Amino acid sequence: MTQPAKPDLVTVNIDGKEIAVPKGTNVIEAARLVNVDVPHYCYHPKLAVVGNCRMCLIEMGMPAVDPATKTPVMDPATGKQKINWIPRPQIGCGTTVSPGLHVKTTSPMVKDAREGVMEFLLINHPLDCPICDQAGECKLQEQATGYGRGYSRFIEQKNVKPKRTQLGPRVTLDDERCVLCSRCIRFSRDVAGADVLGFVDRGSYSTLTCHPDKKLDHNYSLNTVDICPVGALTSTDFRFKMRVWFLKQTNTICTESSVGVNSVAWSREGTLYRITPRRNDEVNDTWMADSGRVLYKQVQSAERLASTASLDTLVAQAAEVFKAAAGSIAVVGSGRSSVEEQFLTKKLAAALQASVSLVSRTAQGDKLLISADRNPNVRGALVTGLITTLPSAQLTALAADIDAGKVKAVVSLGEDLAAAGLSAAQLAKVAIVYLGTHANATSAAAKVLIPTVTVFEKAGTFVNQQFRIQKFIQAIPPQAGAHNDLAVLAKLTTAAGAPAPAAEVGTLWPSIAAEVPVLANVLFKTLPESGVLLDAADWKSLPFVEGETLHYKPTAAAAAVASPQ
Amino acid sequence: MAVIQVERKPLSLLERTYIPQIVGGLRTTLRHFFKPNVTLQYPEQRPEISKNYRGVPTLVMDPNGREKCVSCQLCEFVCPPKAIRITPGEIAADSPNAHVEKAPQAFDIDMLRCIYCGLCQEVCPEEAIWLQNQFSMSGYTRAEMVNNKAKLYELGGTLPDPHLKWDHKKAAAEHGNGH
Ligand code: SF4
Ligand code: SF4
Ligand code: SF4
Ligand code: SF4
Ligand code: FES
Repeated sequence: MTQPAKPDLVTVNIDGKEIAVPKGTNVIEAARLVNVDVPHYCYHPKLAVVGNCRMCLIEMGMPAVDPATKTPVMDPATGKQKINWIPRPQIGCGTTVSPGLHVKTTSPMVKDAREGVMEFLLINHPLDCPICDQAGECKLQEQATGYGRGYSRFIEQKNVKPKRTQLGPRVTLDDERCVLCSRCIRFSRDVAGADVLGFVDRGSYSTLTCHPDKKLDHNYSLNTVDICPVGALTSTDFRFKMRVWFLKQTNTICTESSVGVNSVAWSREGTLYRITPRRNDEVNDTWMADSGRVLYKQVQSAERLASTASLDTLVAQAAEVFKAAAGSIAVVGSGRSSVEEQFLTKKLAAALQASVSLVSRTAQGDKLLISADRNPNVRGALVTGLITTLPSAQLTALAADIDAGKVKAVVSLGEDLAAAGLSAAQLAKVAIVYLGTHANATSAAAKVLIPTVTVFEKAGTFVNQQFRIQKFIQAIPPQAGAHNDLAVLAKLTTAAGAPAPAAEVGTLWPSIAAEVPVLANVLFKTLPESGVLLDAADWKSLPFVEGETLHYKPTAAAAAVASPQ
Repeated sequence: MAVIQVERKPLSLLERTYIPQIVGGLRTTLRHFFKPNVTLQYPEQRPEISKNYRGVPTLVMDPNGREKCVSCQLCEFVCPPKAIRITPGEIAADSPNAHVEKAPQAFDIDMLRCIYCGLCQEVCPEEAIWLQNQFSMSGYTRAEMVNNKAKLYELGGTLPDPHLKWDHKKAAAEHGNGH
């Protein structure tokens, strides 16, 4: 085993505070480590540095060395090495640390520089804040408060630029608000691989625009809205819906694919308004696909299932089905269930002496943040021991068992059995207990229908393609008439004759940790926001379907399966 | 505790006739007969309300009949008893005010909650919400005590606007400043 190389540390002095930072860090990031904020627009930690906004100006200097003798020059007044301060301000984003670098972020020169940059940025700015969606999370607002002069000396007419331009299906551009930082251009070109944005015209007439024959329509276009430091790029879906200061932020995990993108659900009084990415340098950096951001709409969809009967009534009906079909029951678990739910599904299946199958859901991955496996938690089912082999898309074995009369009842955890290859005749032949959120052919055919909740209405964990266990928190209360999956599974397990398991994430985890070896050291309460990598040695040889994505390389066995085409 | 005995003076003869007191009372009554009337026949007659009176919060139009509120929701945020509830919305592209982009779809002020503090008026960046001279709000149900957008504009009417900033903005855009 080779030790990971220790990063070379460089000691720098920021506003009088010494700090050792890894080589290659720039001044903005180094200052962040000592809680000094260097205002900036164009710099973004995950994009190339261009240094064009000039907001991050700082004063810097190096320890003086006598050019002839190469000995340090001492300052007699302080008894320390003299610092040669550069007489002009420098940009912090484009300056990487070097040993002994001294930085001032609060000197009069820096203050003047910031005020000057702010004044230039504001001369043509429309000051649309009352109608601007960015208000409340706008860097220009924040920095105008910190470094603006409070009144304008500009008495000339302001420039007029295009407003309300539809750059693509999901992004609206207001050019007057653009501070020409070029973050959106760099993101589109370098990360999303679609070079569609650019500036035209010069000076204060510079205008962000889309290539005339193209649209900003790639599946990562909304990231430009996130990184735009001002309200120039706004989300067409979120436009004028709600002020951000009313919204509660809850950390969640995107269920679009097994990448497990870290995200934030923004809600007010039980209604979700938008989903944005959350930084996790090991999973999704600061990005998220557009298609994952609309998943919040499933909460209030017209297809949502709800029941007026109490959960106990529904469970009693299910218990009758269990009794009638005892010994010939099959459980169809789900790769969309959380780890906790899969753990209880296993308990339920054991109590019913039922066979368990899962349904796989695959589609082409995009090599960035959507993987080929569209179930967020197949690995959770492996880890909890619900399944031991990878699932397939069709339930052929179950279909055969139903035809042979070996299975008389099926418990489905939100899986549409019709979509998984069972015919209407087969569905009619068995008594179905369906736990699900939305109406489909299976819910229509179900004998007992127990409405459950979406990922935003519950807490839990998913294990992503890297075998990283990540938690999501409940953002909004459950819709009326829907029941928490864990509560339902716990009651069903009890109805099936097993001892009652815990029905809440917090109280369930000690037993998960005790029974699942890989999760022995994990507790929901203490699980860090960035997740924990699990030991995947047991499943190394399984032919997972995922190809390469942003922070994931398939194992040899999986690569062999994924690559042949 | 000391008890002080107050001795009651015996009434004089004149006092015992009650005549000076009756005459004095009649004099006061007669004086008021001939003084100007101070009683207002409320509610038919209404008192003069001072200009800076802080009555019921209302929404106002500018002199061109444009609704001034752009649903920025700052008043909703600042309102201490959370009396205001706004649903923001977009102005239709074919409206003459399309350049303002944003206007409230719904705007409710619950007058059972409002404490007439005036913070909404103070915070409004568009000078769209004003506590004017309306001082009596009554209703038979809770729902009647919630002023909706139509009611708020009816109560608010039009206020002179010295800025007309949106008109200037539109003029600048039509003039094509910059190009
Ligand atoms: S970009 Fe920022 S400063 Fe400009 S109008 Fe929007 S919120 Fe205000
Ligand atoms: S639109 Fe936003 S991100 Fe793009 S250049 Fe302008 S300010 Fe920067
Ligand atoms: S006057 Fe005060 S309490 Fe009443 S609506 Fe305005 S901010 Fe709210
Ligand atoms: S009344 Fe004023 S503060 Fe309230 S939403 Fe309208 S513009 Fe904003
Ligand atoms: S952040 Fe350094 S120049 Fe823009």
